[in-house]
Amino acid sequence: MTALLEIRDLQAEVAGKQILKGLTLTVNAGEVHAIMGPNGAGKSTLSYVLAGKPGYEVTGGEVLFNGVDMLSLSPDERAAAGTFLAFQYPLEIPGVATMTFLRTAMNAQRKKRGEPELSSPDLIKRVREIGDQLGMNPDMLKRPVNVGFSGGEKKRAETLQMMLLEPKLCVLDETDSGLDIDALKIVANGVNYMRSPERGMIVITHYQRLLDYIVPDVVHVLSAGKVVRTGGKELALELEATGYAQYLNEAA
Amino acid sequence: MAQIFPAEQARRKTGAELALADIFAAAKLPGDLRVKAVRTAAFSEFAANGLPHRRIETWKYTDLRNLMRDAKPLAPPPDATAKASAKNAGALFPQTGGRRLLFVDGAFVPQLSDLSDMPAGLEICSMAEALASGDPLTARHLGKLLPVRDPALSLNTALMGDGVVIHVAANTIIAEPLILVFVTTSGSGTATFMRSLVVVEPGAQLTLIESYEGPDKSDYQVNAAVEISVGEGSRVDHVKVTCEGSAALHVASVLAALDARAQFNDCYYTIGGSLVRNQVFVRIAGEGASASISGASLLSGKQHADSTLSIDHVAGGCQSREVFKSVLDDEARAVFQGRIKVQPHAQKTDARMMSRALLLSDTAEASSKPELEIFADDVQCGHGTTTGALDPELKFYLMARGVPEKDAEALLIQAFIGEVVDGIDHENIRDVLTEATAGWLRERK
Repeated sequence: MTALLEIRDLQAEVAGKQILKGLTLTVNAGEVHAIMGPNGAGKSTLSYVLAGKPGYEVTGGEVLFNGVDMLSLSPDERAAAGTFLAFQYPLEIPGVATMTFLRTAMNAQRKKRGEPELSSPDLIKRVREIGDQLGMNPDMLKRPVNVGFSGGEKKRAETLQMMLLEPKLCVLDETDSGLDIDALKIVANGVNYMRSPERGMIVITHYQRLLDYIVPDVVHVLSAGKVVRTGGKELALELEATGYAQYLNEAA
Repeated sequence: MAQIFPAEQARRKTGAELALADIFAAAKLPGDLRVKAVRTAAFSEFAANGLPHRRIETWKYTDLRNLMRDAKPLAPPPDATAKASAKNAGALFPQTGGRRLLFVDGAFVPQLSDLSDMPAGLEICSMAEALASGDPLTARHLGKLLPVRDPALSLNTALMGDGVVIHVAANTIIAEPLILVFVTTSGSGTATFMRSLVVVEPGAQLTLIESYEGPDKSDYQVNAAVEISVGEGSRVDHVKVTCEGSAALHVASVLAALDARAQFNDCYYTIGGSLVRNQVFVRIAGEGASASISGASLLSGKQHADSTLSIDHVAGGCQSREVFKSVLDDEARAVFQGRIKVQPHAQKTDARMMSRALLLSDTAEASSKPELEIFADDVQCGHGTTTGALDPELKFYLMARGVPEKDAEALLIQAFIGEVVDGIDHENIRDVLTEATAGWLRERK
């Protein structure tokens, strides 16, 4: 069986500085992988490289998504193929109504996949359902994308987008940053709702706390641009107790 | 008698200036001797300094002397063919409702205008007729609302052929917008000089749209001027849409005089024409009045659009707001000049001005020159200007959600222009301009 995501010896640099130094990782459908690590380990770089952000240059290795070379695709093609990056810091887009944004994104993906466009009433209905599930104030949907949202509201909006777009691979970049415990639970519920045998997830986090609510199947420790240790969910607890110091030494 | 040779008179006139003198001498223009005297004085004023050039501060970035290579002959009155081809003009405004007045090659065409069921309090008459008949309203106000000295306006006064005179009686609310459609039909270059006068009496309300269009590739010239008297406590919404043909030269002057508690909402949407200049002169002469002037220009190729504003706060306790935005592709160029003057007694003035340019190519250019002249001490005045490219972070965010690059750019550009268009109160007009922007974005390579 082809893995959902296969990262082999991935090397990448930003502004001439090598950040990823031979990262290898395999995510099968149905699995939730947590990637933990100290600041500067390359966690966010990995998420941006997977999403295809300009300025993040891959210098070696490969990334296969359902067996297809993902690195040759543009960011929008990757999204249409079924990947989703939940941003650590979701951006505000003044002047673009949230509903327009969701409709444009949804229908652009469907068009690329050769599926019929979703009608506006159907889309609005679906968005409202998800919004209710995430405890979002319906007024938020009337505002421009993320404009004036609190940190928690932005993360809920990201979760809403993810639930609406139903990707096959979700990459959550430090979803817990800027969240209080109540918001964290709500977002985690949304993520858990998305868990399914067809879907894989990568949850990037600095702290173990998020993993109390999103329980991973596999935990990786990333340090200095490489996976230095892989284990089960108990590894996260161990890290909480011992910290990252030993891995920093190992990488150096 | 000693002969005087001021430097400007000794200068050799350009071909365009010489042609304008010939055109003025030969033109048969409406109006009695009094109007003729006004024309002659205006032409002398123009001729004294000629076409404006880059050393004239208010024309610094639009060197008309250099850019206007020749003066086109006055457009002949429209014949049956011209009228027939103008029938579908103003198609941009199909759903807006409203009363449509059509001007073909500089002449009002009543047969193609909607003059039926005129509401009480609204009077409309052609400028040519008003000048010819010595209409007292026109005689009282034309050229007298604001003390403006400008070469393009002088030229308009000298050569004004037709246009419209609109009178809205006190306390009359005209719900339907009045849509003035100006179309040039001639494929060979002609010139039109249109002049309109709008008098809105105290407590009245009017929405006025001006739309300009013409054939692509024809190097025709349009010089238009509108004077608007916004009476005490009245409200005028004015939207000017410039969709001229690809080789057209278009210079327009809007002059507005605001009385106490008057509201003037003014918007300029520019998408067509090779060289476009919109110059706006606003005099806020009564307390508690407010003016909002905004503009959006979408330019590509070698288009050049100049928005030059002069806001004169004469009375105290008034507010003015200006927001001008331009989107520039290829080698297009946008100019914004905004001057806010606060006179010594205009205390408690609140004036703000913002201009922003979005550059879509390395060869596009934006020039911005805000000027504040403040002679009162208790005022709030501010200005800001930005020039930049589309935010790559926002573009990536949209693309990461599956939106293709071109569509992501279109969404961000539409949002950028939206701040101007969404400020228009009339929903149908907003929709028309949003759709016009979408059309421009679709045509973008």
